[in-house]
Amino acid sequence: MEFISTLINGLSLGGIYAMIALGYTMVYGIAKMLNFAHGDIIMAGGYAIYVFLLLSGNPIVAAVGAIVMCVLLGVVIEKIAYRPLRGASPLAVLITAIGVSYFLQSIAQIVFGSAPKMIIVAQLGIIKLGGVTIDVSALITLACSAVVMVALTCFVKYTKVGRATVAVSEDKGAAQLMGVNVNNIITLTFAIGSALAALAALCYLLKAPSMYSTFGSLPGIKAFTAAVIGGIGSIPGAMLGGIMMGVVESICNSVPVIAPYTDAIEFSLLIIILLVKPTGFLGKKRREKV
Amino acid sequence: MGKNLLAGFKWKHYVNYAGVGIFALVFTIMSLTTGLPSSTLYLLEKIAISVILAVSLSLVVGFLGELSLGHAGFMCIGAYIGGKLSAVLEGVLGNGVLTLILAIIVGGACAAIFGIVIGLPALRLKGDYLAIVTLAFGEIVKTIFRNTSNESFGGTLGLPTPRYDKKTLFIFAFLMVLACLAVTQNIIRSKHGRAITSIRDNEIAARAMGINVTKYKLMVFTVAAFFAGIAGVFYSYSQFNVQSDKFGYNYSIEILVMVVLGGMGSVNGSILAATLITYLNTKLATMLTGEMAVLQNLIYSLILVLIVIYNNAPGLKGFREKYNFGILMNKIIKKKPEHEHHEGDDSAQWHRIPTKIKMDEIISTDIVVKDYTKPDRANKGDKGDE
Repeated sequence: MEFISTLINGLSLGGIYAMIALGYTMVYGIAKMLNFAHGDIIMAGGYAIYVFLLLSGNPIVAAVGAIVMCVLLGVVIEKIAYRPLRGASPLAVLITAIGVSYFLQSIAQIVFGSAPKMIIVAQLGIIKLGGVTIDVSALITLACSAVVMVALTCFVKYTKVGRATVAVSEDKGAAQLMGVNVNNIITLTFAIGSALAALAALCYLLKAPSMYSTFGSLPGIKAFTAAVIGGIGSIPGAMLGGIMMGVVESICNSVPVIAPYTDAIEFSLLIIILLVKPTGFLGKKRREKV
Repeated sequence: MGKNLLAGFKWKHYVNYAGVGIFALVFTIMSLTTGLPSSTLYLLEKIAISVILAVSLSLVVGFLGELSLGHAGFMCIGAYIGGKLSAVLEGVLGNGVLTLILAIIVGGACAAIFGIVIGLPALRLKGDYLAIVTLAFGEIVKTIFRNTSNESFGGTLGLPTPRYDKKTLFIFAFLMVLACLAVTQNIIRSKHGRAITSIRDNEIAARAMGINVTKYKLMVFTVAAFFAGIAGVFYSYSQFNVQSDKFGYNYSIEILVMVVLGGMGSVNGSILAATLITYLNTKLATMLTGEMAVLQNLIYSLILVLIVIYNNAPGLKGFREKYNFGILMNKIIKKKPEHEHHEGDDSAQWHRIPTKIKMDEIISTDIVVKDYTKPDRANKGDKGDE
């Protein structure tokens, strides 16, 4: 019975990771860059929720406000910091992303102080089903991430803009020749990724109501790991990797002996998987021929 | 970037030894005659550690062209193994030069062994995948050392280490900087170095020329890990207590920033950037105390973003060529610029020559090659922006 609640917690954590990993993977697929600042967008989302909650007192308004703020932030970062470097070496873009990440963290520290802030979005409690206790927040997270994944899959598969996104990630030049506005698509990708990061922040706050300036680092790195496990650039891969990561973390944390080594186990998993499948589970293995 | 190393004047090859030597000598004399405040000695140690780290990482990132985000992990191994060994040997040999040297050798060797262990499997990967694996490795090392028992490596309390005489430790650290420079530059300037840069410029072409890519990658990884381990030993000596949290990926990134700001593939640049960043970090940390301390990261991050955009933005290329540092320097010392705008002349950068032939599509490859090795695709991206 305890295993079932561990599993549900793991799935909900995996849902959060999947949402963050989607942001990483979409940006990587389209802009071919590792957006190290993505984790800090989560943190920004958390603080945005805090501010809007203080202003309105309504959790739904706060969530919507945070999503809007994060989208704006993501788009602005892309415009100011990443766009000038389009076509430069990937390492330069990576370093800029790291700089942006530090920048966001220090801004948050200046504005909100270094002490963690308690942000209680809603009191949710637990449900008992037979012998299984489940957090309502875990259920909400699960539902939220499921909706996001279905919506994103539909968006990519069935809408014109979504297909343009895939086209840009396949071949920028060809997509441009077919009349796709590459710049707009890249901006859109950043917007979607940032919105998902804001949702992830909401889910984190439902689970544990505390936020600090370096909050985003570890979930960011883990979600990135998840994206790589699933095959970076692949949307279903990010979902698979994220959920796997969450379940593994939850199971490891439930066994006291190995709980301190959870991070090490997760990262070892990444190394092992990459050694067996060098492009992740669903990553494309391109074999270019003459 | 690499060109003045490969085909420069002879004296250029030794200017950095001389610079580091004079720098160290001046401070040695000062510390022996007038005495230096312990904060300056500490700063000197930190600079030496940063320089060792940056030079060794520049071998991986600047010359081999692979991104490593786990350099702090190797340093962590060196710090813990070396620190533990010196704590054990303190009882047997005393806290002297012999203990220090043994700790350096063993700490470096352990890190190098891990370099091989992680390198052998990880070098099947490249680019971003290798970067994430090295990052994961660093985090694993950190987690493992954090969860050791208090008797072995201190666990969460940290490993207490003996302190060597403050006045002379920095001299040893600078001697090690010189050793690190000697090894790195001799590798780079030998035929091995050319092989390594050829792997950076085009791995497939290098392989086709009969270069043993795996061997060289492993060699570079091992040497870099060795020196990172040594830097770790010095770090453990400069602290009362080694804390595993210090060696997270943030620290690896800080080292990477030094290498990138110094200019990829430039050892001298790495040395200068490491010195400057460490100095600024320490100065800012002492100047901005209390509430203002957060401004340090803000300034740091802004400088970082601005410099990288300035140095790399394709849109600023014309501006950069007009007002570049080298040309300005040449104007100041009234010297005729030697190779102005002759990037194509340099064999190490032949991929910049505009060509209609797509090398990467001619030769089959397993993993998608990154954009910057594809001149044509990069150009397309440029046009897309207009």
